[in-house]
Amino acid sequence: MNPPDPSASRPVSPPTEDSSPGVPGFATWRIVYMTVMSIFVLTVAALRALPYLAR
Amino acid sequence: MKPLDYAVLIATMIGIAAYGVWRTRGKGTLHGYLSGRRDVGWGTIGLSVMATQASAITFLSTPGQGFESGMGFVQNYFGLPFALIVVAAIFLPIYRRSGVYTAYEYLGRRFDGKTRLLGAGLFLLQRGFASGITIYAPSIVLSTVLGWPLDLTILGTGLVAIAYTVAGGNDAVNITQKYQISVIFIGMISAFAVLLFKLPPDVSVREAFAIASGFDKLNAVNFSFDVNERYTLWSGIFGGIFLSLSYFGTDQSQVQRYLSGTSVRESRLGLMFNAVLKIPMQTFILLLGVMLFVFYQFAPAPVFFDRTTWRQQASAPGGESLVAFEKEYELRATEKSEALRAWLRVRSTGSSEEIAAAKASVAAAHAASQAVRTNAKAALLANDPTVKMKDSDYVFITFILEQLPVGLVGLLIAVIFAAALSSVSAEMSALGTTTSVDFYRHLIHRSGNEDRAVLVSKIATALWGTVAISFALFANVVENLIEAVNILGSIFYGVILGLFLVAFFLKWIRGNAVFWGALVAQTVVLVCFFTLTIGYLWYNLIGCASCVLASMLLQLAFRSPGSQSPELRAA
Repeated sequence: MNPPDPSASRPVSPPTEDSSPGVPGFATWRIVYMTVMSIFVLTVAALRALPYLAR
Repeated sequence: MKPLDYAVLIATMIGIAAYGVWRTRGKGTLHGYLSGRRDVGWGTIGLSVMATQASAITFLSTPGQGFESGMGFVQNYFGLPFALIVVAAIFLPIYRRSGVYTAYEYLGRRFDGKTRLLGAGLFLLQRGFASGITIYAPSIVLSTVLGWPLDLTILGTGLVAIAYTVAGGNDAVNITQKYQISVIFIGMISAFAVLLFKLPPDVSVREAFAIASGFDKLNAVNFSFDVNERYTLWSGIFGGIFLSLSYFGTDQSQVQRYLSGTSVRESRLGLMFNAVLKIPMQTFILLLGVMLFVFYQFAPAPVFFDRTTWRQQASAPGGESLVAFEKEYELRATEKSEALRAWLRVRSTGSSEEIAAAKASVAAAHAASQAVRTNAKAALLANDPTVKMKDSDYVFITFILEQLPVGLVGLLIAVIFAAALSSVSAEMSALGTTTSVDFYRHLIHRSGNEDRAVLVSKIATALWGTVAISFALFANVVENLIEAVNILGSIFYGVILGLFLVAFFLKWIRGNAVFWGALVAQTVVLVCFFTLTIGYLWYNLIGCASCVLASMLLQLAFRSPGSQSPELRAA
C-alpha cells in the first residue's frame, strides 16, 4: 500500500469564495458578474454601431 | 534594423528575464517554486492570464486578419466573458478549496489516481506539441523578414524562456509576464499612433474611418444564423464559451496563473479583468490592421507582403513576369488612391449622383488592383508550388520595418519576442509542474523531500523546454503544422473538459466510471477523426459530450461505490 500523498498536508487556502469582492460599489460577486455582462453587451453594441458612426 | 534597435531589443528581452530571476532568487520550496508568492494581486494575475493567451502570432496575425477581412474576427472572443465568469464562480473556488497545484491533482482527489494520470497525460501530450508551435510560428516570420537564421530565432526564444522559467519557477513567469505585456501594450499603442500620424496630410482620422467603413472593414458584428458563415455573433458566443471553458478551466498553463493569487478574491478579479478587457484588446489589434489597410491605400504597398519570398522568386529563372506585376500593381494603386481622394472631396459636399459616381470609381479601381494581386500570387505559385500564398501575417511586420522610426522598430520586435516568451514560459512551467506533481510525486517519490521535488520540477521544465525547441527546429518536416497541432488539441480537449464537468457537476459518478468513460470517449473521437470529414472543432463537442454520457451510462452499469477519496466525500 502506498503512503499518503504528501501534497494532501500542504496549507490549504481558507474558503474565502463567498467573501465580498471588496470593490467599492459592488456588494456581491453576482453584481460584479452582472456588470461584466453589461459591459460585454455595451461593447457589442458599440462594435455594431462602429460602421454607422464612421460613415 | 539599426544598432539602436538591436540595443532596445536586447535590453528589453534580457532585462525583463534577468529581473524575473533576480526577484525570485532563493525560492527553495516546492510550494514557492510551483505556486509562487501567495501575495500575487489581481492586477498581476489579470496581466499574466492575458499574456499567456496572447502568443507572438497573435500580434503578427491579428493585424493581418484586420487588414484582409476587417473586424469580424473579434466575434471569436464573444464567448470568453461568459466562460471566465463560470471559471471564476465555479472552477476556481473548487481548485482553491482542494489546495491543489494542478487541475489534474483535483481529478485525483475527486476520483482516483488513474483518472488524474489520464487527465494529466492528455494535457502533456497536447500542450507539449503546442509549445513547439508557440516558438516556431513567430520564428519563421521573424527569420524571413529579418534575414536571421530560423534556428537562431527558435533557439534564442526557447533558451531565454527556459533560463528564467527554470531559475524562478511560476513566480518568475508571473513577474516577467507583467513586464512583457506592458512592453506589448506600449509597443502596440506606439505603432498605432505612428500609423495615424503617417496618414497623408489630406486624409484625417475621421476620413480614414470613413474609408474603412466604405470597404466594409468595420463590420464587427454579424447577426446571421447561417452556419456556413465563419464568424457570427452566435457561433462566437456558443462556440467561444465551449472553447474558452476548456482552455481557462482545465489547461494547466492558465490554471497555474490564477491559482497563484493571494485569495479567491484576487484570482476572481484577475479573471474579470480579462473578461472585461480581452474583447477591447482584440478590437484594438484588429483596428490596427484596418488602419494599416487604409494606410496602404495611399502609401506604396507591395503586391505581395512576404517580401523576402517575392524577391527570391523574382530573381529566380522565370521571375521576370513578377516584376511586371509589381509595376502594374503600383499603377493600379495610384489610380485607386486618386479615386479615394476624389470620393473624400465629394462625400460631404457633392450631390448624391457625384457621390455614387465617385464610389463606383473607387470600387472599380479596387477591383482592378485586387485582380493584379490575385494574378501575381498565381504567377508566384506557378514559379514555385511550395510558396505559401497567405501573406497577411507579413503586413504588420512590413509596416514595422519600413515605416517606424529607429528605436521603435527594436521595441516592436521586442513586442513579438515578449509575446512568444510570455506564452512559452507559462507552457513550460505548466508542463514541468504537471510532470513533477502528477507523475513524479504521485507515482515515484511520495515521501515529501522538498529539495528533490524542486530539482525534479526544474529538470522537468528544462526537458519540456528542450522538447519544445526540438519540435520547433524540426517542425518544417510536417506540412501545415499549425493546423496539425490545432487538430491534435481538438482531439484531446473535449475529453479533458468532459472529465472536469463530470467531476464538478455529477457528484454521483465515481472514478472507475469516469476513467473508462473518458477512454470510451477518446476512442469515439479517434474513430470519428479517422472516418468522418467534419470540421475538427466539432471534436471538442463530441469528446466532451461522449465523456459525460459514457461516464453516466457506465456508472449506472457498475452500480458500485467507486473510488472517491474519503476526504473529498467529507468535503
